[in-house]
Amino acid sequence: MKAFEIVTTAIEPQLYADYVLRPEAGAVTLFTGHVREWTKGVRTLHLSYEAYIPMAEKKLAQIGQEIEQRWEGTNVAIAHRIGELQISDIAVVIAVSSPHRKTAYEANEYAIERIKEIVPIWKKEIWEDGEEWIGNQKKKPEGGFA
Amino acid sequence: MINLRYFAGLKEQTGVSEEQVDMAGHTVEELWQWATEKYPDFQSGAARLAVNEEYALPTDVLESGDIVAFIPPVSGG
Repeated sequence: MKAFEIVTTAIEPQLYADYVLRPEAGAVTLFTGHVREWTKGVRTLHLSYEAYIPMAEKKLAQIGQEIEQRWEGTNVAIAHRIGELQISDIAVVIAVSSPHRKTAYEANEYAIERIKEIVPIWKKEIWEDGEEWIGNQKKKPEGGFA
Repeated sequence: MINLRYFAGLKEQTGVSEEQVDMAGHTVEELWQWATEKYPDFQSGAARLAVNEEYALPTDVLESGDIVAFIPPVSGG
């Protein structure tokens, strides 16, 4: 495994928790994001994720650097899966270790928010009667062109 | 030549994941204008552009060999 990676097979969260664990750590927060069946009354059959892999891994590493600079003593590992995912599969794992609990929670939440802002990964929901790339209905990104 | 990459919904609109365009020396904004003339649906796709795997500014100037990616709104996590 790499500390910041895009993968195409099932994510094993323990690998990432083990990666960030070290003697200085008093806390490890492990977030796993899963494929949800129901979104606002619409039933998803499965999801399909696509990534611009080299840039996505670079941006995940950038998020790790941001965290390790902002919260002293933290270590971070992040993986995101692409391809076809079934209900309850793990799409993303974020492991953060730190000397103290509060920091590990805060930094972990920061990571998922930043993933949703800057990492070039796209999700398509496949329903019983159609499919759609998620994100197009949102407001345009700051600094964008369109 | 500039190498272009399309993803997600934008790729479905172009029908290709990659193509090349002779726009070395032009700005990122000029490339965006070219793309939205060729693919008018891009206007509603709210894409950001990345040059060589970093988000670009409209004023950045393209060099031959650059890889430009059209990044529709991201939705990972």
